[in-house]
Amino acid sequence: MIENKSRKDREDILTLANTTRWDLGVNFHDSVIESIYEDASRIARKTVSMKGEKTPYSLDQKIDKIVTSRWSGFPIMLLLLALVFWITVSGANYPSRLLSSLLIDTLHPFLKNIAALVNLPWWLGGVLIDGAYLSMAWVISVMLPPMAIFFPLFTLLEDLGYLPRVAFNMDSLFRKAGAHGKQALTLSMGFGCNAAGVIAARVIDSPRERLIAIITNNFSLCNGRWPTQILIATIFIGGAAPAHWAGLISAGAVVGVAVLGIFFSLVVSWGLSKSILRGEASAFSLELPPYRPPRILQTLYTSLIDRTIFVLWRAIIFALPAGIVIWLVANIKIGDLSLAEFFIQWADPFALLFGLNGVILLAFIIAIPANEIVIPTILMLTVLTAGMAGVGEGAGVMFELESIADTEAILRGGSWTLLTAISLMLFSLLHNPCSTTIYTIYKETKSAKWTLVATFLPLLLGLIICFFTTQIWLFLAK
Amino acid sequence: MTKQHNCEHCPVHNKENLIRLGVNMEHVDYVISLAGNPNTGKSTIFNNLTGLRQHTGNWPGKTVTRAEGGFSLNGKRYKVVDLPGTYSLLSTSTDEEVARNFILFGRPDVTVIVADATRLERNLNLALQILEITNRAVLCLNLIDEARRNQIEIDQRTLSKELGIPVVATAARQKEGMKELTRAIEEVATGKTVCKPYRIEIRSAKLNHAISTLREKLSEQFPKLPNLDWVALRLLEGDPSIIEAVRSGELGRLKADVSPAQTLNQDDRK
Repeated sequence: MIENKSRKDREDILTLANTTRWDLGVNFHDSVIESIYEDASRIARKTVSMKGEKTPYSLDQKIDKIVTSRWSGFPIMLLLLALVFWITVSGANYPSRLLSSLLIDTLHPFLKNIAALVNLPWWLGGVLIDGAYLSMAWVISVMLPPMAIFFPLFTLLEDLGYLPRVAFNMDSLFRKAGAHGKQALTLSMGFGCNAAGVIAARVIDSPRERLIAIITNNFSLCNGRWPTQILIATIFIGGAAPAHWAGLISAGAVVGVAVLGIFFSLVVSWGLSKSILRGEASAFSLELPPYRPPRILQTLYTSLIDRTIFVLWRAIIFALPAGIVIWLVANIKIGDLSLAEFFIQWADPFALLFGLNGVILLAFIIAIPANEIVIPTILMLTVLTAGMAGVGEGAGVMFELESIADTEAILRGGSWTLLTAISLMLFSLLHNPCSTTIYTIYKETKSAKWTLVATFLPLLLGLIICFFTTQIWLFLAK
Repeated sequence: MTKQHNCEHCPVHNKENLIRLGVNMEHVDYVISLAGNPNTGKSTIFNNLTGLRQHTGNWPGKTVTRAEGGFSLNGKRYKVVDLPGTYSLLSTSTDEEVARNFILFGRPDVTVIVADATRLERNLNLALQILEITNRAVLCLNLIDEARRNQIEIDQRTLSKELGIPVVATAARQKEGMKELTRAIEEVATGKTVCKPYRIEIRSAKLNHAISTLREKLSEQFPKLPNLDWVALRLLEGDPSIIEAVRSGELGRLKADVSPAQTLNQDDRK
């Protein structure tokens, strides 16, 4: 009885609030905010004093005038990005070679010898050493050096306070696209990890704009895809340029793909806000934090532990089972053909329309759990199907790659052209998000529909773009 | 550090017994939340207190979910919750709701309001809103080194008097002022310091009348709630989560007992 009475009393309170709200008129919310602002301002006047003539942050403002100016903002942004990639591309080669000679040339035969000594069954040795171990070794030697250079540099830019300036520069573009200006921030987060970018979209108030930010986040190249871009650009695009320009041109190509991603992010946002997610962009204020001298050691620590090791660990975890899967599809046979060859032959004619090949398509399917393993998978499958004698030690076995030059030899042997490389770079930018991101999108939106849209929209776009690039390329080449 | 010999009698000086607990948070005695505007250094303070290394970055909006860690001081165990940075508690974006709901429903024993000393006025807007919800808070005047560098001086005593809560100046990146901060937290948590938080003065007579009518009704239902005016205001604004909390009576149960352990369980159940 008492419980019922108090429940009724509580409802009465709510009714009273509802009726009073109408009496108060629409402006009372503003008057509350005004009161807060007045009080805050009064207390601040009473307690804050300035000594000296100097305006605070005059240097910051001078720098901001340059880096956020209408004319120099974007060029500076692109130059900084290009510089970061150039350092990454030119610095990663040597340590990469060192690691691969250690892990693959020395340790792999050693493990095989041990397996032979203890009489391990051939299939178990195949799965564990040629499948799981080699793919892991590959991921470490190819991915660790660029990440260990790229992430600290990126973290330094973040610590310095440059990222909000990037967001500031891009804000008006996003608004014109009907999206929220803060999407520039979630986009920057996506450059690290799309799943993180999707979660970061929580800073956007309006559900419509938040959905746009979530769906388009995949257009930011993530950790898992940077190495693919950097490697392919180094081999094929840098390789097509004169030697002393190679580093710069391949860095330029990677920046180009990243900028293309931003471009698609804007275009797709615009398309969504004009169609299924119609609405006006809401206003917001973005605060430019003061420039702070980065703490170098701390930056190195957090970027190495939080980012590099984290991403590498994830890559390794996914590479182990993927290595096993690759070994299995390469060794389980239907008639004369292995499962992998079967799929590749079946998919080749279709893939060629898009400038890709069956190997690449299969690799992207195997790599759905982690974009990081696209390249190792492609290499293994290429060797397998091109039937290159002497490189591998058997079907589905990764081989000794001593340098990036060896990688190139394999890919060219798999009849790759400049077009294949460009298509792969485009497709790596524009395809479905990794399974972690897809799951995160579902958790954030709680909607199967939007998860499907976010998954298949980029894939569809990627196929369209690759198709037209290929057809135009082939037409011009005639 | 040069001033050290002057402070030997200050109890703060001998506080070397801060034990960082990382994520080990069993049997906590007090719950502390860190709230404040974006990019004021909440995560840096969080890391200093707990010894964890949550990623920090010079950009607003980095923490979107809450991070938790712990420390122990003078035999008491504290759980620290790092809330997402917000400019206000009045709107409806997810990050603001996370922050507000935690302060309101999670009922931390102390809310540390981290403010940017170089932009005090704007930071006070949020501080005043937080003081509407909670009685127990400490204002952490962070980035005091940047303020000094930019010739900004803040009268901490007056500020503390005006707000009715302890004010501690810190430079978290340099780990400056952290002992004073933990001491202030301890004093508010244990009740040694009793806060008399500033309450916003509403200037519209009509609104004041509406609030006081509702306050009377609310106080019959929720006699122990300290922030009835704020609840009344939120009801008038039609805030869905507050309406729900009134309807279900959850608001009253929150206040039934202030034992921190129970509050924590309540929070963990969510």
